Amino acid sequence: MATHQSLYNYIWKHSRRDQMVILAIALAAQPFYFLTLTLPKLIINGPIQGGGFETADATQNFLRLVLDFPEWLGGQWALLEGFALERVPYLFALSFAFLALVGFNGFLKFLINTMKGRLGERLLRRLRYDLIDRVLRFPPSHLRKSKQSEIASMVKDEVEPLGGFSGDAFVWPVFLAGQALTALTFILVQSFWLGLVSAIVVLGQAMVIPRLRRPILQLGKMRQLQARELAGRVGEIVDGGADIRVHGTSNWERADIVRRLGRIFDIRFELYQRKYFVKSLNNFMAQLTPFIFYAAGGYFVITGQLDVGQLVAVIVAYKDLPGPIKELIDWDLQRQDVEIKYNQVMDQFQPDGMVPPEQHLDAGRTERLKAPIELTNVTAIDDAGFTLIDDIDLSLPLDQSIAAIGPSGSGKEALGQLFARQVTLKSGAMKTNEVDYFTLPEATVSRCIGYAGPEGYFFPLDLKENLLYGLKLAPKEASGSEARRREAVRAGNPAFDAEADWLDYEALGTRDPKIITDRIVDVLTMVELEGDVYHFGLQSRLNPKLYGAASERIVEARLELHKRLAAPDRANLVERFDPGVYNRNASIAENILFGASTDPLLQPQNLPTLPHFQRVVAEEGLEKHLVAMGESIAETMLELFRDFPPDHPFFDEFSFIPSSELAAYTQIMKRAKTTGTTYPDRAKLSVLPLRYVEARHRLGLITDDIRERLLATRRTFAQTLPPELKSRISFYEEGKYNLAASIQDNILLGRVSYGVARAHEQVNVLIREVLDQLDVRDLIIEAGLAFNAGVGGKRLTTAQRQKLGLARALIKDPQVLVVNGALANLDDRQKTLIVERVLKHRAGKTTLWVLTKDDLADRFDRVLVFDHGKLSADRQQKLHEAAQ
Amino acid sequence: MSILTEVELLRRVPLFANIDTSRLKLLAFTSERLTFNAGAVLFREGDRGESAYLILGGKVDVSVHSPNGEVVVAQIAANNIVGEMSLLCEMPRTATVTAVEPLDTLRIKKDQFLQLLRDLPQITLEVMRELAIRLHHVNQDLSAARAKLRAAGLEQ
Repeated sequence: MATHQSLYNYIWKHSRRDQMVILAIALAAQPFYFLTLTLPKLIINGPIQGGGFETADATQNFLRLVLDFPEWLGGQWALLEGFALERVPYLFALSFAFLALVGFNGFLKFLINTMKGRLGERLLRRLRYDLIDRVLRFPPSHLRKSKQSEIASMVKDEVEPLGGFSGDAFVWPVFLAGQALTALTFILVQSFWLGLVSAIVVLGQAMVIPRLRRPILQLGKMRQLQARELAGRVGEIVDGGADIRVHGTSNWERADIVRRLGRIFDIRFELYQRKYFVKSLNNFMAQLTPFIFYAAGGYFVITGQLDVGQLVAVIVAYKDLPGPIKELIDWDLQRQDVEIKYNQVMDQFQPDGMVPPEQHLDAGRTERLKAPIELTNVTAIDDAGFTLIDDIDLSLPLDQSIAAIGPSGSGKEALGQLFARQVTLKSGAMKTNEVDYFTLPEATVSRCIGYAGPEGYFFPLDLKENLLYGLKLAPKEASGSEARRREAVRAGNPAFDAEADWLDYEALGTRDPKIITDRIVDVLTMVELEGDVYHFGLQSRLNPKLYGAASERIVEARLELHKRLAAPDRANLVERFDPGVYNRNASIAENILFGASTDPLLQPQNLPTLPHFQRVVAEEGLEKHLVAMGESIAETMLELFRDFPPDHPFFDEFSFIPSSELAAYTQIMKRAKTTGTTYPDRAKLSVLPLRYVEARHRLGLITDDIRERLLATRRTFAQTLPPELKSRISFYEEGKYNLAASIQDNILLGRVSYGVARAHEQVNVLIREVLDQLDVRDLIIEAGLAFNAGVGGKRLTTAQRQKLGLARALIKDPQVLVVNGALANLDDRQKTLIVERVLKHRAGKTTLWVLTKDDLADRFDRVLVFDHGKLSADRQQKLHEAAQ
Repeated sequence: MSILTEVELLRRVPLFANIDTSRLKLLAFTSERLTFNAGAVLFREGDRGESAYLILGGKVDVSVHSPNGEVVVAQIAANNIVGEMSLLCEMPRTATVTAVEPLDTLRIKKDQFLQLLRDLPQITLEVMRELAIRLHHVNQDLSAARAKLRAAGLEQ
């Protein structure tokens, strides 16, 4: 493990200039500070008590500054002679001078603190950047071993105190030591022996206290480690939450957490005990000196060896000593604490085999591969040292499709990983153009090699960003502010601008967004992902920025769809939203709201809590009907589900009443039949029917009377809508696009009927036809590409992630495409389709495909057969197409 | 038509005849009411069976593949159930069922039905009883058929 520079070196190296400036200002501030302390005395003794104004026309010289030094330093030293003023003007002059000085001192203090703060923040920014930069350069093996929450806790929390400390790293000790030395010197001048005694006690304090504090620091270190491990465990509990529940080990996890919390408690408690012991000892030692002064000094005075004046002066001077000493000791403690934290953090960020920084820099300049990739005597090992590939020679030209086959673990996967530089070479060389492949700049490898592994990681960005992720190697032009850039450079951060356009248009071959979308659609189609993205698009809301042209075309599509749905054999597929008709395929809540909203509070299921809704229901006299329907539903639910265990899947799928509420509703229904329901009972009952969909649940609740009442409620709800809700709800209207509803809902403007066989299927086909006819597909795909992949791509299925991973590599149009088990989770039909399409698309370029099933190998120019890490066969083959 | 009517119709199906009303209500509630246009196919011979259809209104043709093309072997009218064997075991459909006229059905899904059996043993007993009766009939038919074959001298 490499060593790192010490904390002090680090601070000094990166903040030297600022430290000096702060020190200079701090020193320059001292005389003014001293003046603020002396002025009150001058004001009281002079103009107020009349000192120097004994005669009526006496004057004093204002701004006459005289410094009192001991005789041996030259005695009085007049800085300014000033000018003469009478008593009252003199009072005001002095008072205003005092005010000015206080203000000026405050300003200096503000200046120093700001500078210190800025210095600390800059250093913290630099350190955090350094740490993350190191993570980005970790060797793959170390990355696999690192726990992300521990790393995060180190970068975020553990280095935090460093920022505050670095501002005080040099200035503060100099300052405190200066104060302490002055006081000590003064005492020494007054009385040598008493001075010596205080010096010895102070020295003793300075030696004993830090020694006692050493175990405290050790404990602090342990506490830090434990806290970091706790963060790691919390991360694991979150990541492994599903598995913990599946295995029923939540109590086992609880036990582990309890143990860790116990350990942290023990450490912290011992820490407190020791800390307060040291504190009281320190206080005691600070009071020891006055004791000596009173006892020994008093004795000297009584015996006449010391005069009273001197003793008082010593005692007064001593008052200024413990303060700085104590703070100095505290500062030293803080220094050690921060130093330990720094060392501990830095140790974690120094793995062997880090990628050298040069390999990452200069991302703007990429080269193309010019010569075949040659593997000579390559032996590769995994993290545990097992041989993955054993002594392989291979030459991969830049225009061949190659399949790697063999049993799993035979070395074919490792061959793929070699291209991603995920495994370590034990011996041999992998070269292209006489250059070691492992030393090629990151950007060049990214540009020339497209790699899709079995478990691609995706960022919580939209699909388009994820798809184009590999095309963001360098900013095209800096657009950010110059000041921000300069500040970044000052903190040792690179001047990369995240707001600039990073997209590599050169690799895409175009800047035209339309062509880029076409390219994306091509690639998505190639990997069988286009349908999914199209589906996401239909389910999403239209970006309000596109409102206008886009929404008009969707309304057009709606009209066309409704025209087609009018055909007799399709008439019952969709029940359209008609303001004057109750929709049997929508819930009661949806029927009343009759609109969409992006506001979570205005979703149909949240209506009961909406005051406007409550008002309208009361006005329309709907309440008793809702209660009656609620009773009917509750009765049926209790009858149907009473015998089921609480965790039965039927509750989630079918019941209006969750299993936890079953008992409560049983009581309510009992009361309904005997004593009558209470107000809260009725509230609970009236909520039930809101989810009721007549066509789906078929309890026959929507009678003609109820239907008319619900329609009246719908009208009143819309007509009396308070102004603050108006902008938040968009009602369904025939000729208007509804921005709050999904694109699909806008096209349908209705609900697909329950109870019509294969209605969804048929409607989907119709929608697709209409959209194709009106040429709105791109728009839907764009909307689908705005779908957020979720943390780690978790909003996508495994198959979708694998397809997206392949698409992400394909869109770069790399010279060499390496597909390493990236389609493992797809069915055979899709696998075959994708392999064939991709190979056709990449004719003339190199594609290395590590196949999970050998039977697709006949589609490739060349087949590498692996067995136990060895290359057992390497055969060229004529393709069927070529033969024909 | 509400769920209560569906329950009445379910009761007329022999498989469900002895199950009490609240259970049938549950079965109806967890099933899906589906309509088909005339000519629509409910399921095809060879498909994996996942549900049974109780015909509430309309008629279906039951047809099988033969060397001479699709041959209609039966027509089934309202208040009958088709495809019920697939509720109990996974086997390919033995025939194709097509709506002859606009059709109203209750689609009972295998998963829901099996869930019911798992949780409510009394239903299981009823179903077993019904199956045993059917088996008994089949056995009787089989021995009758064998006797006929023997009489014809085709089996030893």
